Order: sequence, then structure tokens, then C-alpha cells
Amino acid sequence: MRFIDVKEITGIVKDLCIQACTVANDSLVKSFRESQKKEESEVGKAVFDQLLENIEIARNECTPICQDTGFTVVFMEIGQEVAFTGGLLKDAVNEGVSQGYKEGYLRKSIVKDPITNPVNTGDNTPAILHTDIVAGDKVKIIIMPKGGGSENMSRIKMMKPADGIAGVKNFVIETVKAAGGNPCPPIYIGVGVGGTFDYVAYLAKKALLRGIGKRNSDPKIARFEVDWLDEVNKLGIGPAGLGGRMTALDLFIEVFPRHIATFPVAVNIQCHANREKSFIL
Amino acid sequence: MIKLNAPLVQEDVMKLKIGDQVLLSGVIYTARDAAHQKLVDLLKAGKELPFNPQGSVIFYVGPSPAKPGQVIGAAGPTTSYRMDPFVSDLLKVGMKGMIGKGPRSQEVKDGIVTYNGVYFGATGGAAALLAKTITEAEVIAFPELGPEAVRRLVVKDMPLIVVNDCHGDDLYEKGVKDFQKD
Repeated sequence: MRFIDVKEITGIVKDLCIQACTVANDSLVKSFRESQKKEESEVGKAVFDQLLENIEIARNECTPICQDTGFTVVFMEIGQEVAFTGGLLKDAVNEGVSQGYKEGYLRKSIVKDPITNPVNTGDNTPAILHTDIVAGDKVKIIIMPKGGGSENMSRIKMMKPADGIAGVKNFVIETVKAAGGNPCPPIYIGVGVGGTFDYVAYLAKKALLRGIGKRNSDPKIARFEVDWLDEVNKLGIGPAGLGGRMTALDLFIEVFPRHIATFPVAVNIQCHANREKSFIL
Repeated sequence: MIKLNAPLVQEDVMKLKIGDQVLLSGVIYTARDAAHQKLVDLLKAGKELPFNPQGSVIFYVGPSPAKPGQVIGAAGPTTSYRMDPFVSDLLKVGMKGMIGKGPRSQEVKDGIVTYNGVYFGATGGAAALLAKTITEAEVIAFPELGPEAVRRLVVKDMPLIVVNDCHGDDLYEKGVKDFQKD
């Protein structure tokens, strides 16, 4: 058994929140540079220039890449040989978010009661916390600040098994088409297929964390990822939605077994400010 | 690149065409969801707006907090369609320009034609870059709204693209059509 004081979690979450919002991952910069070469629209190329310069300024000045520093989505993979001490894990995570958003001058975008009392909570808490119990005695913490504009364009559909793979593909493309310029293209697309109504949305979000350029380990699914991305990029939406080739820069599909009567599909759209930082404790 | 000054004058607005790249300088105001509701509530109650609407430009933004020594935090546009229901009332009292991202409703596009307005696109998410063009920022109304408060900004060469012009054209529609493949 390994004992971890939750105070350690608080500190890590705090640092990851600030880093995720201000320092773009190298894989994102690489993705922009490669895509800019493929872009045919002059306006589109200019948008990539702005995005690359924006990332540079944000990094140098420790300013958020985007003012919408998101709902803080936290994924934790917890080794089952770990025991937490010194308080509740959830409280420690929220404390880390609170400290990170205050000390990092990040925008607080969460309102308390969604219907009856939409006042700002003041520190961007509560976070959305997903925990997974895994083998071993390590803890992996991933912070994904998720912006509202792209989240609003995401969709879920309980399809019929008879709709099949063509139906899924169609739903993905229609979702991106309907989103148009709203979710800050060029976008990244997470697709979940299978499981239940709630689980499929989680799959779609988790798909976005696989890493840019990494394909599903199932070659058949990997093939769909490449083909559907190609189809999406025929829509013409382009960078900032102003017309162009590069509407989406990657597409990830995660699947899970499904009930014989159901065929859940979720499409989670991520804006170009595809922010994520992780740490293994 | 077209250099433009805010508040806008009719003559300048009428020359703008979709796809024009503009560098905007001068005084503009910020407002987003909750502030728009409050602005329109003021108009409906027959009260004055917290700024002179004549020729005004409204930037749909909720900036992140400024660090000590900074004028403003990151300040990129938010998605515009959520403000669509409020636009007609503001155009009627003299607002000329809007800065945001994403397509507008037909009602907004019609209003832009009727009142000779313009909708500029700023690159969504280029928030650190856009913040660099803001030289002054001051909350002038609804401070209780935090990032959503109405601010008076002074901007210098803010890079924008004309997306909807007063001739009824729409770059979101035209741009996508130009690059669509079957």
C-alpha cells in the first residue's frame, strides 16, 4: 500500500491548470504547422499564422491561450494500491482548481445553480472529476480545460443498431457541418460509440485525450478515423469557419460493447485550443 | 488591410465588403450574454445605455482577469449567435458594428442591411494576440457580472475580417461554398 497525502494532489492540480491554459503542447503546434501547409485558403493560412503567434505570446507572457479557460475536466487513473490520506480526494482536486484559477489569473466560468441561481462560483469549481481504478501504485492526473463554445456544438444520439456504421459516419459529419464556424475550427473531434447514454459521452471526451496523430489500436477503427477526417475536411468550413480545407485536424474514435437494442453515439468537439496537461505521481 | 476608426461612421461602413481585412482602432465596448439582456432591458424601460450607442462597436468577449501590470487578460471573441436575439434593438439605437465569431441569424443579417451595420470576425481563441491590441480597459457597467461586465476598451490595430456587410453578403456562406467538395 502506498499512502499519498491529498495536499500533494492539490499542488499538482493547481500547476497543471495554469500550464494547460497557458502553454500549448508541442503536438498541437506541430499539428498547426503541418496543417497550415495543406491549407488552400489565404484567409485560412492567415488564421494559422495568428494561432501560432497567439500560442507564442501566451507562452512568453504566461497569459491564457484562450480567454475561455473552460470547465476544468480532471481525469485520474488511480492505482488500486494507493490510499489517500489527509482529506477527501475530491476536495483536494477542487482546492487545486480554485488555487490554479486564482493564482494563474484564469477566467472563472462556472455558475452555481444552472437554473435557479446562476451566480459565478468565483474559483471555477467544481471540477468535473472522472476516476478510474487501475493496477499498480501510481496516480495519473490529466487536466483538460474544456471551452463552452465547442462543448455547445457537441452532440449525442441514441441510434438504431440498423443505422450501422454508415449512420454513425453521417451523424459525425452532420454534427461538424451544423457546428460550422461556431466551435473555433480547426477542431479536433472525439467520437464515442457503444456503452450507455452516459458512458458514450465520456468515451467521446476521453477519445480527445489520446494524443494528436495517434490512431485507435484496432486497425478497422483506425481506418474509420482517417476516412471520416477526410470526409469532414471536404465540408469547406476551414480555419475560423471562413472557408478552407482544414476544418478538423484529427478525429479519434473510442468504442465500447453495446446493448443489443441500442447504438449510442456521441461527438465531442474540441476547439483548436486543445489544452491538456498530465502528471504521473 | 483597411485601417478603420471606432466609433464607426456610416460612410466607412458602407465601403466594407466581406473578406476585407481590417485593423480597427479607437473606442469599443464589450458585452456578452448577460450584459446584452441588461442593455436591452434598459432600452425597453426607456432608460439610457451606459455608453453612447451612436456608431458604437460591441465586442463579444469575457476576458480572463488581468495580471498586475496588464491592461486586460486574454480577450478573444465568444460565439456570436447567443447575442442574436438582442441585436435588432441595439441596431435601432445606433450601434454599427459587432465583433465576434461564428454565423449570425437571418434576422441579424437583415438588420445589418437595414441599419447599415457590419459584423466583424475576430479569430476565436487568438485571445493572447487580440489582448495585445487593447491599450486601455475600464469596467463601465454591471461590475457584478465579472468577466461579463461592460467594458470600455481602447484598441489599436485590432485584426478583424468583415464577415457580414451592409450589402447583405456573408463570408461564412461564401467562404464555405468556395471550398466545399462533393
